[in-house]
Amino acid sequence: MSPVAQTFMKLFRGSTGPETLPAQGSQKLTRRSSGLGELSRTWESAEALCILDLGSTSPTNIRHFTESGHRIYSEDLLTASTDPGLPTTDEQGNAVLDSRKFLADNLVYPAAHFDVVLCWNLPDYLHESLVKPVVGRLWSVLKPGGMLLAFFHTRDAGPDSPCHRYHIVGTDILEMQKIELRRELRRGAGDSFQLQRVFNNRHIENLFRDFASIKFFLARDNIREVLVVR
Amino acid sequence: MSAPASGLAQIGKSVFIKGELSGSEDLYLDGQVEGSIALKGNSLTVGPNGQVKASVDAKGVVVQGKLEGNIQASDRVELRKSAVVTGDIATQRISIEEGAYLKGKVDIHRTDK
Repeated sequence: MSPVAQTFMKLFRGSTGPETLPAQGSQKLTRRSSGLGELSRTWESAEALCILDLGSTSPTNIRHFTESGHRIYSEDLLTASTDPGLPTTDEQGNAVLDSRKFLADNLVYPAAHFDVVLCWNLPDYLHESLVKPVVGRLWSVLKPGGMLLAFFHTRDAGPDSPCHRYHIVGTDILEMQKIELRRELRRGAGDSFQLQRVFNNRHIENLFRDFASIKFFLARDNIREVLVVR
Repeated sequence: MSAPASGLAQIGKSVFIKGELSGSEDLYLDGQVEGSIALKGNSLTVGPNGQVKASVDAKGVVVQGKLEGNIQASDRVELRKSAVVTGDIATQRISIEEGAYLKGKVDIHRTDK
């Protein structure tokens, strides 16, 4: 563990994981989120924040932020990563996605533009070749002191963990809805995005090593919430 | 899926327009437009077959099809479930149906009454 990470890393046990109460419809669950609870204090105490939501378009989240006077940007990077123009091969002949093209078309914002980035579970489901370039771009578009919230599965979650979108329904309550790919985006047998890998704590610290601090929140539902500050 | 009201100005799905489109009545657009659309004081509805690559300035904007460009609406914007919008939205009120796709900023302008 790097000294910076050791200095800033704090472990909290607070998230209680998914409550088994289905919300509207059988595929919606709610879960308590300590990371969201901490972030909420930021947007409840500040005005006109600039917030980037990287999940699937969520009317709930857009309403949540616009009603509070914040500006929200919505960009669905997982769907964008299914662009048929992205697959290519690297120097070793491995199948990868073209990160330069991806970043030319996505996350195109001025430097230090956002106060908050809601990354959700993007790193777990994004193709390996895009993860580091995307995190690097997120660092540059976040303001110094800006915060990013991301979720990571633990190994116990299993390889078939469904990809969820997250709707903010309370200060620290999220509604989870399984993402189902549109028919034209389906590759192979899957009807949703597949978990690409499981990051351990060291991987996560390495991924966010350029950020000033990182804080972990351990939940009971095999999810680690991570709140990083640029 | 809402159909255009009778008497409403319409651009059918086989029509392609490139340039500036402006008017002083409500418009139902189910074809293709590239350029800009200005309907100040009136509403634009982009039908399910509509494909718009234009900046839009109108009182109200309803999108059922595809729209690429910034939307400035003095009253409200509605994104229906089949909407695919790439661009920034500035309006007073917005409603987004489950399933709609948006890539861009939402800026709500509040007017003090």
